[in-house]
Amino acid sequence: MSEARDGHPLDGGVRAIAEAVRSGEATAVGIVEEAFRRIRESDTELHCFNLLTEEAALEAAASVDESVARGIDPGALAGVPVALKDNLCTKGTETTCSSKILQGWKPPYDATVVSRLRAAGAIAVGKTNLDEFAMGSSTENSAFGPTRNPWDVTRVPGGSSGGSSAAVAAGLVATSLGSDTGGSIRQPASLCGVVGIKPTYGLVSRYGLIAFASSLDQIGTFAVEVGDAAATLEVIAGHDPADSTSLGQPAPSLLDRLFDGVEGLRVGLISDFLADVAAPCSKAADDAGEALARAGAKVEQVSIPEMLLGLPAYYIIAPAEASSNLARYDGVRYGLRVDGPDVETMNARTRAEGFGPEVRRRIMIGTYALSSGYYDAYYGQAQKARTLVIRAFEAAYERFDVLLAPTTPSTAFKLGAKTANPIEMYLSDLCTIPSNLSGHPAVSVPFALDPDGLPVGVQVLAPALGEALMLRVAATVEAFASPSARGPVRPRPTGGEVEPGG
Amino acid sequence: MGETAYETVIGLEVHCELSTATKLFCACANQFGSEANTNICPVCLGLPGSLPVLNRRAVELAMRIGEALSCRIEPSIFHRKNYFYPDMPKDYQISQYDAPINVDGALELPDGSRVGIVRAHIEEDTGKTTHIGGGGGRIHGADHSLVDYNRAGVPLVEIVSAPDIRSAAQARTYVAELRAIVIAAGASDGRMEEGSLRVDANVSVRPAGTPEYGTRCEVKNLNSLRSLVRAIEHEAERQVAIVSAGGSIAQETRHFDENTGLTHSLRSKEEAYDYRYFPEPDLVPVVPNAELLAAARAGMGVMPVERRRRLVALVGSEGTAEQIQTVIELDLDGLVLAAVGAGAEARLALARTANEAAAKAEGARSLDPSAFAALLGMEAGGKLSATQAKTVLAELIDSGGQPGDIARRLGFEAMESSEIDALVDELIAQHPMEWQRYQAGDPKVASFLLGQVMKATKGRANGRLVTEALEARKG
Repeated sequence: MSEARDGHPLDGGVRAIAEAVRSGEATAVGIVEEAFRRIRESDTELHCFNLLTEEAALEAAASVDESVARGIDPGALAGVPVALKDNLCTKGTETTCSSKILQGWKPPYDATVVSRLRAAGAIAVGKTNLDEFAMGSSTENSAFGPTRNPWDVTRVPGGSSGGSSAAVAAGLVATSLGSDTGGSIRQPASLCGVVGIKPTYGLVSRYGLIAFASSLDQIGTFAVEVGDAAATLEVIAGHDPADSTSLGQPAPSLLDRLFDGVEGLRVGLISDFLADVAAPCSKAADDAGEALARAGAKVEQVSIPEMLLGLPAYYIIAPAEASSNLARYDGVRYGLRVDGPDVETMNARTRAEGFGPEVRRRIMIGTYALSSGYYDAYYGQAQKARTLVIRAFEAAYERFDVLLAPTTPSTAFKLGAKTANPIEMYLSDLCTIPSNLSGHPAVSVPFALDPDGLPVGVQVLAPALGEALMLRVAATVEAFASPSARGPVRPRPTGGEVEPGG
Repeated sequence: MGETAYETVIGLEVHCELSTATKLFCACANQFGSEANTNICPVCLGLPGSLPVLNRRAVELAMRIGEALSCRIEPSIFHRKNYFYPDMPKDYQISQYDAPINVDGALELPDGSRVGIVRAHIEEDTGKTTHIGGGGGRIHGADHSLVDYNRAGVPLVEIVSAPDIRSAAQARTYVAELRAIVIAAGASDGRMEEGSLRVDANVSVRPAGTPEYGTRCEVKNLNSLRSLVRAIEHEAERQVAIVSAGGSIAQETRHFDENTGLTHSLRSKEEAYDYRYFPEPDLVPVVPNAELLAAARAGMGVMPVERRRRLVALVGSEGTAEQIQTVIELDLDGLVLAAVGAGAEARLALARTANEAAAKAEGARSLDPSAFAALLGMEAGGKLSATQAKTVLAELIDSGGQPGDIARRLGFEAMESSEIDALVDELIAQHPMEWQRYQAGDPKVASFLLGQVMKATKGRANGRLVTEALEARKG
């Protein structure tokens, strides 16, 4: 069993930390120092972080404490240490997407979400590891080496936001940001025993998120508890004029009715993934359904066969958009340049050396899918499949308030287990991809442990802008979950002795 | 068997930079001539993580162009046109593809011919590359290249004509008319010399009278009306030579060389880019609602066709078409109208504007119409000769002032009739033989006599008054 961290205010979670700092019970500096102490202790092994910003973090923390001392409210996330996925632009701080091609690049601006976190008093401690350009499900496709799962350091944390999920799971930070294009927040959340929210497409500004597949990418949050992940989401959500696809709404209130329960709500348990999902994962979803029924919801199995169109459609649309989004890494303006006798050769050499194999594979797939003569057969068909997925969700939401499903087909797998077979790796996102295609919100909540003692998450899905209701259901699922299924945990080796906590 | 006559078929793509204050997708200044790489930001540099936000004003101006070209203004979306080029920051261009904002219009030329407009869509401009050393200004063989991204993201409307144009001259008229239209619409400054208006020509030839089109070549780098005419004429000749020798035209993109007047192949159809168009996921559809349409229409100037009508109403259509066309192309028709309004004689105002003011069009646009009218009045009233009036006009455009003052300063004050009478009497005494021939009605000697007076007075004498004096003595 896992050994929980406790005792330090850092372990109190997002809301408790902010409350303690705002009331003067704890100092931001003290909390941030503890975060860095733990990072020093654990991150050599875990490699959650590509880069740490300790000096700036301590400065920011001191300024939060100074505000408190002068009676100025430093904001809703005062003193909360937060980790940022390394595909979010940070002004003057290297942002790499875990790619050699961007190594050394320092953006001249902060992503909108980063500005909003800073403005709310949150303290950015560093940039977390990811699969290169967020392409992957294990964080093994990083140019800087894999991140390890704190529940078992021989296993992957999931991906692509593996650094962000593992950092929260190991108690290094209270919350973190990730991006979810096909499950890149929910899948690692499930594998790491933390909560991961993918909001409605357009709820959170993508300005400053380095694009993988623009029509699918959405920034979201990690925390140990639903309420804490929601608290961070409240701060980063809301309209941003710098993102044309940002919705008009101001940030929704997500915490007010979090514990209002599920009495009378109609919950549909999606049955179509069962054939492809390991027993502990489907059992967790079934048990969560039962728990909701006990809490007063009307839970019913529902078959939505279109869900299975998601994966093949995704693996056309996402690479197609990526092939275009990643064209700009050509060695001309920033990042890596490998010289050549002419500009075409320079472009080609730079890209061949700068991108890892998975990124190159997806660029080639996407380029092919968009090529003249193939567009209709691939991209056109995939868009039709996408439309079918959207319609199927809309039809389901006429019958149900929310849907319930497994998050992942398996629990955390061993490092290297799937690297030789991309298709098997792609299947990791089977249950999460449909929400990206439809743009609807979904959250993964830790629910149980598998026989190996690894956490299993379940997924709550909701209609567009249904975050408040979705999180209410998630909070109820959480209340029925096994407490031992969630972090934070001290990093431990497989089958090895559990280190004493405290 | 007689020689086959060939017909040239031309379709034009005109790229027109919109005169917005800021770029198409960011707040950087849309400004020509700034120091390199000063009007740039993360968005127009395509930095990772940046996103485009559509400039509403650019949409309005594009809609104005659509209105002016009698297009249907449609709901539209943006696509990405993917290809690698160092001056394109994202290595794709955001453009409109199968759902453009303006479709199916037409442009009526001054001679009454009609050129169909297939579409007029919005897109972003690229940066500008200068290739240094080696390759004669081209990328291949250059030692290195410098890129200025000030122009990257400047809003363009690409106006695509139907293949309805049949000669280089008509192509010239079409572009000139289009230029006048976008200026009148307030959509663009239309400055070809600054690249605000750039033309690509699709040229093919076919035996006259056949309905099928020949294989076309796209000719690029047409930076002036003169280049347009030269390039089309050369390209048509080249194609006719090939076809009439039994050869066939290869579909390709060709580059016009201003120095040699020739076109040469840039890339063949096989080498053509596959642009892999797909809908731009970072932007939302543009829906032309009533509010946008109203905003677009407000501030639209008077279109050239209406301006021609106004001028014809003043001067008549007999023999004036060319002058009318010139003043409209140069945006000087307002000066003619204002001068007439200030009392000038219409035909004279048109002629002096189209012939003399046109040579100094830039300055002439700010010429004070009442001063211009006063000058024309002096000429019509015989106080100034035509030559003198032209000189005064040039001075008036360059330095301003009052025509009377300028004429006095230049010594153009008309001579008294008595002075002319004395001169004419002297002339007759000096040239009795010529005078006899004049009396007999020899026209050649008339100009000799007039020339003698002019020579003696250094052009100060009014020719008409001299002729009158000569006639009066004829008896």
